Amino acid sequence: MTETAWEVVIGIETHTQLSTASKIFSGSSVAFGAPPNTQANVVDLALPGTLPVLNKGAVERAIRFGLAVNGGEDHHIARRSVFARKNYFYPDSPKGYQISQFELPVVTGGSVEIQVGERAKTIRLTRAHLEEDAGKSLHEGLATAGVSGIDLNRAGTPLLEIVSEPDMRSAAEAVAYAKALHGIVTWIGICDGNMQEGSFRCDANVSVRKVGDEKLGTRCEIKNVNSFRFLERAIQFEVRRQIELIEDGGQVVQETRLYDSDKDETRPMRSKEDAMDYRYFPDPDLLPLVISQAEIDRIKAAMPELPAAKRERYVKTHGLSDYDARLLTARHDTAAYFERAVTAGADAKLAANWINGELASQLNRDEKTIASSPVTATQLAALLRRIADATLSSKMAKEVFSYLWAGEAGDEDNAADTIIEKRGLKQVSDQGALEKIVDEVIAANAKSVAEFKAGKEKALQALVGQVMKASQGRANPAQVNEILKKKLA
Amino acid sequence: MSAVGPMGAGSRPSIAVLRAELDKRNVSAVELAERYLARIAAESVLNAFLHVDEARTLAEARAADARLAAGEKLPLLGIPVAHKDIFVTRGWRSTAGSKMLAGYTSPFDATVVERLRAAGMVCLGKLNCDEFAMGSSNENSAFGPVQNPWDRDRVPGGTSGASAAVVAAGLSPAATGTDTGGSLRQPAAMCGVTAIKPTYGRVSRYGMIAFASSLDQGGPMAQSAADCALLLAAMAGFDPRDSTSIDRAAEDYRALPPAAGLRIGVPKEFFGEGLAADVAAAVHASLREFERLGATLVDISLPRTKLSIPAYYVIAPAEASSNLSRFDGVRYGHRAADYDDLTEMMARSRAEGFGAEVKRRIFTGTFVLSHGYYDAYYLQAQKVRRLIAQDFQDAFRSCDLIMGPVAPTTAWKLGDKSKDPVAMYLEDIFTLGVSLAGLPGMSVPCGQGAGNLPVGLQIIGNYFDESRMLGAAHQFQQSTDWHTLRPPGAAA
Amino acid sequence: MHLTPAQLRRIAHLSRIEVSAADLDRLGTELTGIFDLIEQLQAVDTSGIVPLSHPLAVIEEMPLRLREDVVDEIDRREANLGQAPQTENGLFLVPKVIE
Repeated sequence: MTETAWEVVIGIETHTQLSTASKIFSGSSVAFGAPPNTQANVVDLALPGTLPVLNKGAVERAIRFGLAVNGGEDHHIARRSVFARKNYFYPDSPKGYQISQFELPVVTGGSVEIQVGERAKTIRLTRAHLEEDAGKSLHEGLATAGVSGIDLNRAGTPLLEIVSEPDMRSAAEAVAYAKALHGIVTWIGICDGNMQEGSFRCDANVSVRKVGDEKLGTRCEIKNVNSFRFLERAIQFEVRRQIELIEDGGQVVQETRLYDSDKDETRPMRSKEDAMDYRYFPDPDLLPLVISQAEIDRIKAAMPELPAAKRERYVKTHGLSDYDARLLTARHDTAAYFERAVTAGADAKLAANWINGELASQLNRDEKTIASSPVTATQLAALLRRIADATLSSKMAKEVFSYLWAGEAGDEDNAADTIIEKRGLKQVSDQGALEKIVDEVIAANAKSVAEFKAGKEKALQALVGQVMKASQGRANPAQVNEILKKKLA
Repeated sequence: MSAVGPMGAGSRPSIAVLRAELDKRNVSAVELAERYLARIAAESVLNAFLHVDEARTLAEARAADARLAAGEKLPLLGIPVAHKDIFVTRGWRSTAGSKMLAGYTSPFDATVVERLRAAGMVCLGKLNCDEFAMGSSNENSAFGPVQNPWDRDRVPGGTSGASAAVVAAGLSPAATGTDTGGSLRQPAAMCGVTAIKPTYGRVSRYGMIAFASSLDQGGPMAQSAADCALLLAAMAGFDPRDSTSIDRAAEDYRALPPAAGLRIGVPKEFFGEGLAADVAAAVHASLREFERLGATLVDISLPRTKLSIPAYYVIAPAEASSNLSRFDGVRYGHRAADYDDLTEMMARSRAEGFGAEVKRRIFTGTFVLSHGYYDAYYLQAQKVRRLIAQDFQDAFRSCDLIMGPVAPTTAWKLGDKSKDPVAMYLEDIFTLGVSLAGLPGMSVPCGQGAGNLPVGLQIIGNYFDESRMLGAAHQFQQSTDWHTLRPPGAAA
Repeated sequence: MHLTPAQLRRIAHLSRIEVSAADLDRLGTELTGIFDLIEQLQAVDTSGIVPLSHPLAVIEEMPLRLREDVVDEIDRREANLGQAPQTENGLFLVPKVIE
């Protein structure tokens, strides 16, 4: 199989649950995890005579998204958009239709910047529209035989469906896009991004074609991937499947496929019908959604600084490298953490190094998000100040950090100091004390002394090492170097 | 309770009369309710009521009496009303005239029901109607047809046939109905009572079981324009639960301005060859009466009158096909007893629950919305709709109100037109355009045709012009007595 | 306009209404009559005309009113599920769905 002769074309449709308090067309709560049908009122259940009323919070979040993917410009936000009924029968769709948007969505165009390794790429968006989520079906754990159970708590949750152009050319690009989009929607606070709870769901449209072919191959839609890792695997499997199929002389059938994470394969959905006719038409229960310039301006003014602007500012104002700035602005909470640390007095470059380095690896190791970091930004800033004022060496600071991480000295802002005090970890910078230790080490390491005097530079390091050991690592390394050099001159 | 007076045998007191009697303490709300309940129980042939719950009615009557005793002064306090079974009610069943909802009881009340109860009205029960408000004769009910009290062998009109019949027969002084293509106006005409379909959006659709969302409107039926004004005042108004509900400054529908000086447009298309001679005669006579009252008649044209039929019978079924998808046997309503899988469960439940006309309209609607046909049918119909609405706006440049017949004929015999759906559709020719345009329309008794069957005059106003319409109708009713005529053998 | 049995069956399926083979013929005839009626729309020249979805839009475009994002519903599961044909532990039951 020669994959290099093939080009992969991927587009992604993402359903993001908007972080409103109530549903898009009713006043029911959207809180996750409630007992079945306790958050489904007469409108959600589509009882006879009920009608939809649109939630302002859903519209505001759609506007925020439209601004965020257009660099803060608003010309892609439709001043007039229309809700349409998507008609299909399914038990989790109580009205027998889903209220969505068809010909006139609330947002068109826009783009998302991705980074795959060193390469940056722009992925264009086709559109984003508002719609309501369906309920959930449970197929197991029921006492009655041969039935599925329908829970309509989720029915009516506001969704923003975001559709990309088929601009991605590899599973890696697709995942980078999904992660970048995830970063954006959580950054601007329109979605909590919790993929386990179904807040952020990606479907991938995958097709292949011979390199150089202008015509797109037949595509398959892959559903049911609830993590970035599964998204990557699902696409990779599907690409292999399609290529093998074509190379064996077969044809790709347009269908919807589910990803099975246990078997790491995609398979066709059984109940899927050929060519569903949704019979879209404008919903007569809802008038056109009109968005005023004043409304857009108000939301624009209240928007948090977007990643690109922040990156620029970090590089300009704090002198950070573009790489560091990019890492810090990948997530809103990371950037917020950084800014809090700087406000609390940390040196920007030092803070960037520590957040992208030590903190990041600890978070990764413990599978925590920065929001649940045991070390707060203020605590980190306090720790970094002790490096700056030479109370701690970098190495000692890492040790203190690990104690902070473990929760020693609890929540206090100056926990670092408490730990340093308690464990006597102050860096020894007292000239007299250091000279005393140096003298002792020189006396005990004649060989190394002789080697250094004979011209072997490495021998100095060995002596420094001995001083560090003798001082339980607390000697100020720079000072020790100086003292040794002077004494052995 | 005396055998004479307002509730004597054969009497049919208006709301105004009942108000006076209640205020003078000549009768209590409970006594009034009992009297009407007795009449309803005695009269079973009409088949107008689908659900009567005497205990519940009397409880509402007692509440009204308490409010009267406390000194509340509201025009409708203690007055009985019956609700078309399209309005959902807690306590009373709500069937929409369909087997699909045969045992259904709503956990909430329609806004119209809430408002009339807040105004102090006492609910006598739920009224029969064509299934899901689809029809023109009240013969499409799953619970049997309703009879016209003027001639028991004839239809009362539809779909608010029972609403008109009970007011005509003196079983209730007031009734609510709904109008999507003429369903308030046409039965009112056929039963000799007064009704008004307001401007689209005036009366909340929350709690009205939906047929065609961009056309449905609730409205009152009573014996006079004055009564209708009182009822409309209580029913209408902004409702935040209905996104198509209009938020406008309150209007005094009871102002009832006089007809003098009005320019009345008479559409030539309403007086063509399809119009029965007896209807034409009665309508022309009533137009001359308006001239006597100081109005001027103006010839106008509504050129696309005929096109309103196909336009309506694309748009209404399309919306209905979608609105009725919620009846799938999952959360409420009829579910089939036998099925092998989900698709069969839904398809069989719906086949068993819906009647023939409802199914025809769902199929029609599904078709006109389907891929490949949407542009040619649905979109085209919505464009023709705009043309029809513009025709009315053009006409209103030269007149204040438009008047003409409500229906081409008086009430026909039960069974006569029920075999051919299209024949039934053609009967709606004068009322459909008003619905498509969302304009307000009234039906006012204006004469009698052959066999002493009632004839209705349609009064069409421009948007939000209900006051002027009610005023003109009221003045007509002060100098004529068609609206006071009662069907033979009226209730004791 | 005449619909073929295949078209009729498709419409019936899209509408989720079972139609017996015996009824299919009668249905076809009835619908043919209705479609002949609505065919009349084809003859109308509507070039340049914008469809009218909301009747009052012919005099003024009314924008959609929005509601505040507040939770205003309490748990009324018992009342709301009271009419359900089949339930278990607060869930609506339907014949098992295989995905």
